[in-house]
Amino acid sequence: MTEQAYVSGPYVDAEQQRAAGLMGMYVFLGSEIMLFGGLFAAALVIRVLYPHEVVEASKALHIWIGAINTAVLLTSSLAVAVAVHAARQGQRRTVVMLFAIAAVLGVAFLAIKAFEYSREYADGVLPGFSDPARFTGNVEHLFMNLYLIATALHALHVTVGVALLSGVATFVGTERLLLPRRSIVVENTGLYWHLVDAIWVFLYPVLYLAR
Amino acid sequence: MSIRTLKAGPDRDNLDDRGLSETPAQRTSYLRAGNSLRSWFFTTDHKRIALLYLVSVTIFFFVGGTAAALVRIDLLEPNGLILSNEGYNRAFTLHGVIMVWFFLIPSIPNTFGNFLIPIMIGARDMAFPRLNLASWYIYILGGLFTVYVLISGGVDTGWTFYTPLSSMFANGKVVLAATAVFIVGFSSILTGLNFIVTVHKLRCPGMTWGRLPLFVWSHYATALILVLATPVLAITLALIAAERLFGVGIFNPALGGDPLLYQHLFWFYSHPAVYIMILPALGVVSELVAAAARKPVFGYNFVAGCSIAIAAIGFLVWGHHMFVSGQSIYASAVFSFLSLAVAVPSGIKVYNWTATLYKGHIAIDPPFLFAASFIGLFVVGGLTGLILAMLAVDVHVHDTYFVVAHFHYIMVGGTVAAYFGALHYWWPKITGRLYPLIWGRLTALMIFLGFNLTFFPQFILGYLGMPRRYHHYPPEFHVLNVFSSTGASILAVTYLLPFLYLFWSFRYGDAAGPNPWGATGLEWTIPSPPPKHNFESVPTVDGPPYDYPIEREGRHD
Amino acid sequence: MSHFPLWPAQASGYATEVDHLTIAIFVLVMLLSAPVFILMLVFAVKYRRGRAANRAHRIDHNMALELSWAIVPFLLLLIFYVWATRLYFDIHRAPPDALEIQVVAKQWMWKFQHPRGQREINDLHIPVGKPVRLTMASQDVIHSLFIPALRLKQDVVPGRYTSLWFKADKEGSYPLRCSQFCGADHSLMGGHVFVLSQAAYARWLDQAGVDQSLAAQGEALFRSRGCSGCHGPASTVKAPALNGLFGKEVPLESGQTVIADEQYIRDSILLPQSQIAAGYPHIMPTFQNVLSEADVLKLVAYIKSLGAEPREAPR
Repeated sequence: MTEQAYVSGPYVDAEQQRAAGLMGMYVFLGSEIMLFGGLFAAALVIRVLYPHEVVEASKALHIWIGAINTAVLLTSSLAVAVAVHAARQGQRRTVVMLFAIAAVLGVAFLAIKAFEYSREYADGVLPGFSDPARFTGNVEHLFMNLYLIATALHALHVTVGVALLSGVATFVGTERLLLPRRSIVVENTGLYWHLVDAIWVFLYPVLYLAR
Repeated sequence: MSIRTLKAGPDRDNLDDRGLSETPAQRTSYLRAGNSLRSWFFTTDHKRIALLYLVSVTIFFFVGGTAAALVRIDLLEPNGLILSNEGYNRAFTLHGVIMVWFFLIPSIPNTFGNFLIPIMIGARDMAFPRLNLASWYIYILGGLFTVYVLISGGVDTGWTFYTPLSSMFANGKVVLAATAVFIVGFSSILTGLNFIVTVHKLRCPGMTWGRLPLFVWSHYATALILVLATPVLAITLALIAAERLFGVGIFNPALGGDPLLYQHLFWFYSHPAVYIMILPALGVVSELVAAAARKPVFGYNFVAGCSIAIAAIGFLVWGHHMFVSGQSIYASAVFSFLSLAVAVPSGIKVYNWTATLYKGHIAIDPPFLFAASFIGLFVVGGLTGLILAMLAVDVHVHDTYFVVAHFHYIMVGGTVAAYFGALHYWWPKITGRLYPLIWGRLTALMIFLGFNLTFFPQFILGYLGMPRRYHHYPPEFHVLNVFSSTGASILAVTYLLPFLYLFWSFRYGDAAGPNPWGATGLEWTIPSPPPKHNFESVPTVDGPPYDYPIEREGRHD
Repeated sequence: MSHFPLWPAQASGYATEVDHLTIAIFVLVMLLSAPVFILMLVFAVKYRRGRAANRAHRIDHNMALELSWAIVPFLLLLIFYVWATRLYFDIHRAPPDALEIQVVAKQWMWKFQHPRGQREINDLHIPVGKPVRLTMASQDVIHSLFIPALRLKQDVVPGRYTSLWFKADKEGSYPLRCSQFCGADHSLMGGHVFVLSQAAYARWLDQAGVDQSLAAQGEALFRSRGCSGCHGPASTVKAPALNGLFGKEVPLESGQTVIADEQYIRDSILLPQSQIAAGYPHIMPTFQNVLSEADVLKLVAYIKSLGAEPREAPR
């Protein structure tokens, strides 16, 4: 197959197509950041309005579970970063293996998160599931609402990311996606995963380390 | 339409056979590149997607218009003519939701932007053609949700979904309506993303940033807002849904949550959204004015830069919707100041268009009349916006008909006039046919008059103290409301008029030729309608935009 | 189609000032836009396509000209900005001697309560020539009190107090409306402001007769709801004393200080955990679902009445 075969639609050459694909991903990630930006703004407002209570409420969160999850995601991001590098070199097997590792770590993150939710449910501080009367104060309730919405939205992104990682790994493994020509797909998947990771890196201090 | 015409069956191999009504250019155009339903609904051609949008956006315009008609008919009497209080509230909510998200926001970008941007920059298509089609499907999905909301009882919170009314007190289908808007937001984001990457990466050789048509500049600015503001709306609506469905919310005052936080988040999106609606219209008008005057747009750099400035400052003025909400008075003072600042670039544009006409060769054709009517109404809308930015005045006219009149001057007087202007200017390019100009002139004039009769009395009503969203109003406001409803009926008839002559022209109009207006720009160098891949070969640009001939010598005749 | 006014009534000096500002800025707006309208018409006629005219040496841009029509209107606007902002700040700084009226908004009615306890619904009687300050709370959704003749409007937001002050200078009755969409009967939520002479107002107060002043009603609540058990002088529980509290700076546990205004007192009753006075235990329960907004306003009035001169503790 020639390079030309991979140039499609409106593009004149492969380099242009690659650059457009990469830029599209960056623009999309900008949009994603604004999505979470609304939640971070809300967190900031609550923090400013009720500085003391937010600190108290934050103590209800399991800081160590969050810390483990941070480590899990950072490790997966490392695997993805190496995979992207390997993809550019055309190292098919390495890419498949590293993406698989990252996907497994993503699933591990979700499992740990689920366990954490169950602990919070047991503590009676999981909004929507627990009796509202269990909260010691309104601000704690408010804070936990924000925590649940933010982490659930993030978990949704992790789920999409795991699906993407597994899908791309399968396509690369079965050579339906040829490397390094189509390494842009691996790169973009990697970028998405890094963003999911980065959002967690901000969520963790805002929610868990507010104490 | 094209499908039906084809069935009549001209000899498809003989390009000289005009058949029933088909020009040679049409035979080889994107319109005839495949005739099956599949070739339309699964097309990745930006021009066909633009037509899909044109049809669907127009349908929603008439659905939203019907709701407006109900509102105006009902307001003929101080205590309502046909609707109950709830019915009235549902009618204006639906009018707002549909007009804002299903007509105004996609109106110009998704139809004319989609059709023209690739052609104007010398590209064969958008950067991501399949994403472009997906964006249309997402739009339709959101639209179906809205239609379902409409037939299953409606929603009565106003298009602004203010909490805690929407999250805890309203009875209607708030979550479904919010979902519809949430979905259509993704369509906006994908379209914006496509525009940005297309403009960055697909410009043909020689098409530098300084040579981009102003239409492209303003769409680029629009796309930035679409991508950066829409997700904030998405998360805000998601928070309302979470509060309403699961009691997991952060606006609920009973929990110490802050209803004003909702307003901040909502207007952080919705004020820039106003610029999503108006910036493409500003781009259209720049093209129309230059073509009508056969002159370069005066101060190209300023006009292009102003689009970006409007988009940027537009992100910093949301708080001017909240001067009486109880926000800090110092915040109000800052937002008031920034709101004056954002008016500066809009003012520059208007003055520059006027200067463009100086020493031009002005053709009093429909595109010019629509552009002129846009400028006039936009000036009134913009300057009343300045009045609203004045804190003490806003306290009096906030949430009254003064505001209603102000934003209709911008969005209906402005954007809809530009939409019709674009339709009348590029129709020959899109279909390859000319329409009777006299009908276009008549439509432009009638829309201008009908519009002013509808909305000017509302400025007075507002200053007199009639709040918006009022089903019952005191009898002293009766006369002005009757004026307004009369104007609305003229508008309603006039909006239907172009259907007749444009459809007629599609079948019977004269062939347009590549450049019926004698305008510059890459889109006028290719056949009308354009072939499937726009350009035979990649074009090269070697001159500035709007490169009309110059008279060097004085000519006193 | 009775009468057909084109300008709203003015019931205060402030209303007249706002009208002056509006007219002045309207003139400015006309000056800024007239060139556009006139020149567009002139050019469209003079440079009509096909009509002979001198079109030589046209210009494409002129930096100085463009900068001037960007900057000059902006500078002119700044004058009006200062004017409008000063007026706006004025209506947010009530004079200390203002007559205090409590307002509770709910779907779809306005409830007013005068300092001596007189209550009315949808209509509001006030004396002419005396500053009046409204402290407003909402029981459900956001409403907005709009009195066109005073050119005033303020949203009434659940979960917080907002306030509004004015001095009506002209006797008469003026409409009062809700201007923030609040549900089905939004357009019916209104009544009238009756601006009475001082004497007529005093007569009205007498006719509207009540058992107790607002502060006295608050005092009754203070005892019946058990507040006095902890905040009273005889209490053994360590709770902040409330005498002379209003308007003072309160040091908080978090190290900050707040001014003890209406909002602070309200939050302390309904959200007691949110701002804890330094040195006191976190033991106060919330009264959120126990007290209505009207009750809270009475308690606030009572605690304010303890403010001015330190009196004996609650009896």
